[in-house]
Order: sequence, then structure tokens, then C-alpha cells
Amino acid sequence: MEHFYLTRKLLIFLFWTALWQAASMAVGNSILLVGPADVLKTLIALAATADFWKTIACSAGKIFLGFFLAFAAGIFLGTASFRLPFLEELLAPVIALMKSIPVASFVILALIWIGSENLCIFISFLVVLPMIYLNTLAGLRSTAPELLEMADVFHVPFFRRIRYLYLPALLPYLISGCRVALGMSWKSGVAAEVIGTPAWSIGKQLYLSKTWLDTASLFSWTLVIIAVSAVFERIILFLLSRIPCGTPYKEEGK
Amino acid sequence: MTVTLENLQKSYGPLPVLSGCSFTFQSGRTYCLMGPSGAGKTTLFRILMGLEKADGGTVRFEADGEALRGVPRFSAVFQEDRLCETFSPVENLKLTLGKSVPEEEIRRELSLLLPEESLSRPVFTLSGGMKRRTAICRAMTAPSLAIVMDEPFTGLDEKTKEQVIRYIKSRQRGRLLIISTHQEEDVRLLGGELVTLTGLTSPAL
Repeated sequence: MEHFYLTRKLLIFLFWTALWQAASMAVGNSILLVGPADVLKTLIALAATADFWKTIACSAGKIFLGFFLAFAAGIFLGTASFRLPFLEELLAPVIALMKSIPVASFVILALIWIGSENLCIFISFLVVLPMIYLNTLAGLRSTAPELLEMADVFHVPFFRRIRYLYLPALLPYLISGCRVALGMSWKSGVAAEVIGTPAWSIGKQLYLSKTWLDTASLFSWTLVIIAVSAVFERIILFLLSRIPCGTPYKEEGK
Repeated sequence: MTVTLENLQKSYGPLPVLSGCSFTFQSGRTYCLMGPSGAGKTTLFRILMGLEKADGGTVRFEADGEALRGVPRFSAVFQEDRLCETFSPVENLKLTLGKSVPEEEIRRELSLLLPEESLSRPVFTLSGGMKRRTAICRAMTAPSLAIVMDEPFTGLDEKTKEQVIRYIKSRQRGRLLIISTHQEEDVRLLGGELVTLTGLTSPAL
């Protein structure tokens, strides 16, 4: 069954790649639509240089730093707002503003404030913070009130409540929030780099591709973004899934 | 712990549930609270546990001063099981007992009521009766001065019920026990005193 599933996925992938190659050959202009073979060639050539890996490391490091800071701040502020309703009211306009202002406006404003070097850390932070904050708040609120009453009657101490009651309620919200936030942190972080063009950044490489009309390079770097973003998502979701919030259980026969 | 109710009143909007209940639950004894559905048994338990405020009247708790300070007043079996569904029965008992009781001891205690193979499975995989027995075991093992049980035998067959009652009696350890039930036979099996809570005026209390 598993084998059949993988074969089907591979065939679907090959179908679309072949269609892409055929379309590229039909257009006959690599600036307008580059084919997958050329993209792969460019990607291999890029991967052979040290600069390629340094660029990925710098961009990934900054975007992840922004994500991580927003993740920590979102959980902290979400928990604090859960305990202090006034804080939630106080933060509500700021969070609404963060959610509604277009990323491009933020980027230009932040470029003026902090320059281009650390721009993507700031943008990644701003985009991720409201998502983690709101999911933390919603997750904590989803804790069953009957269980909290039970904990009150039995005088269950605070840390045990976190482990047995709050964490199992919070985690599904946090995982779904992270899934969206990780993708958004990469999209917004790279967009910030394209506008700010800091040294050793994927965004700058995309910008240069546009300048030189190098579509093969543009596609290659886009594939790199998708791949690195997917790796980050897997790592974060794996780490979150390791947080113990229940007794492990395997159904018989599975 | 002795619990004294004086002219206890509670209503939900225009609907009176407890109308002037007065009674004394003596320390160390067993009381079986009976009355039709909606008579106010659960409401009375919730007021005793501090989960709801009475509209009028008083509830007095009398125990040795030290005891009142250090230990929770009540452990409880609620009308619903109120277990952490993703955790095993062992973990559910750890929630209330902490590290003060070794896991081996918790397993030994649970195995008096549950099959060994169910002890490490998440609660959501257990049958209704097993969940009920886990909740009963949690209430009996948790440190408290009194125990309240709101229809604890729901979903248990006769044989299991008798086994559970034997367990409850063996673990009561001099604590006040108040159980609500619909079956008079339970009063005999528990060796408790029958207290009726009939209708809105609660005359027997």
C-alpha cells in the first residue's frame, strides 16, 4: 500500500515536470519560461560554490532567529494575556495592527528604522508573533473547564496543571499555528530581503535574478526557499511532537 | 471533618433548587443522598466543594485545625469522569498524588479495580466502566478530609459495583463519605445512612 502510494506520487510529480518542460520548449524562450532541466543545471552549478551555502545559512539563520524570538514572545504574551484579561485588551489593537498591515509597508518602514542587515529578523518576528500569540491564547482557553474544576477540588499544583491540563489543550493549536507561521516567516523574510538586499541573502539573489533576467537562477533560489522552509517545518513540528502531553499509544495491528 | 449546613438556599434564576437545607454530616460516617433527578444533589455537592456559592445559608467545616490547613477538604467523583483522556489511569492518579506516592504503589492500587493491561493505556481507549473505576480510585487515593461521589456506580454492572463498594469501604479510612445514588440497595451495601433530598423544599434535610 505504501509502495503504491509513493509510486503514484512520483508519477504525479513526473507528469507535472514533463508538462513544465514541454511548455518551456513550446515557448522557446528561457527568460519567459525556463525548463526544469535548465533549473536543475543552474542549481547544481550554484550548489558547487561555497557562497551558495553561506547565503542559505545567513538567510535561514536570520529568519529562524526572528521566528524563534516571536515563538517565545508569542507563548509568553499569550500565557500572560490568558491570566490577565486586561493585558489581552491592551495588546488587542497592536495585534490587530500587526495582522492587518501589509508586509511590504512594514518592510519599508523597518528599512528606515533599522536598516537592511537585520530587516528580515524583524519582519519574520512581526509576522509570526500575532499567529503564535493568538493560537496560544485560543489553546489555553480550550482547556476543559470541568478538568480545571477537578484540579481546584483536588488542589493540584500549578506545574502539574500545566503538564496534564494546559499543555494537551495548547499543543494542537501551537502545532497548527507553527505550520502556518513557519511558511509565512520564510515568505515575508525573503520578501524583506528582496527589498532591503542585504549581503549574503537569498532575497538579494532573487533581486539579482530579476536585474539580469536570469529566470533559471530565480527558479533555483525559489526551490531552495521551498526546500529549506520544508526542512525547518519538519524540524519544528518534530520537536513539538516530542513534548509529552499524553501516554503513548499504539493501536493493535498498526 | 464534620460538615454542617444551615438553611442552605440556591436557585438558578426563578427555579429554586435548594430551599432551606439544614443537616449535619458527621465525621467518619457514610451518607447516601437520594432524591429524584433535579432535586439538587449535584448542586449541593458543588457548594460543598466550593465550586458554587449558595444564595443564602451557611456551610461550616469542622476539623482539627492542622487538618483543615494542610489537606484538601474534599476528593471527589464527579457526575462525569473528569479524567485526562490522553493520559493513562496511572498518570491520572499521578496528577492528584504527585511524586509523593511511588508508581508501583499507584499500579498496585489501580489493579484492585482495573485489569493490569489497562493501566498504561490512554483513558480514551478504556470502556465507560473502566473510566468510572479510575475516577473512583483517584478520589479514594487522593489526600482529603472527606469524599463526595456523585452517582459513582453509573455504568457498572452488579458484580463490579459490589467489588467497587468493597474497595471504597476499605479505603475510606475514617473520612466522611457522601454518595448520591438512585438505588436504595446501595445504602445497604455501603452500610450508610439514607438522606433524602426530595423536590424543591428538601424537607428531609
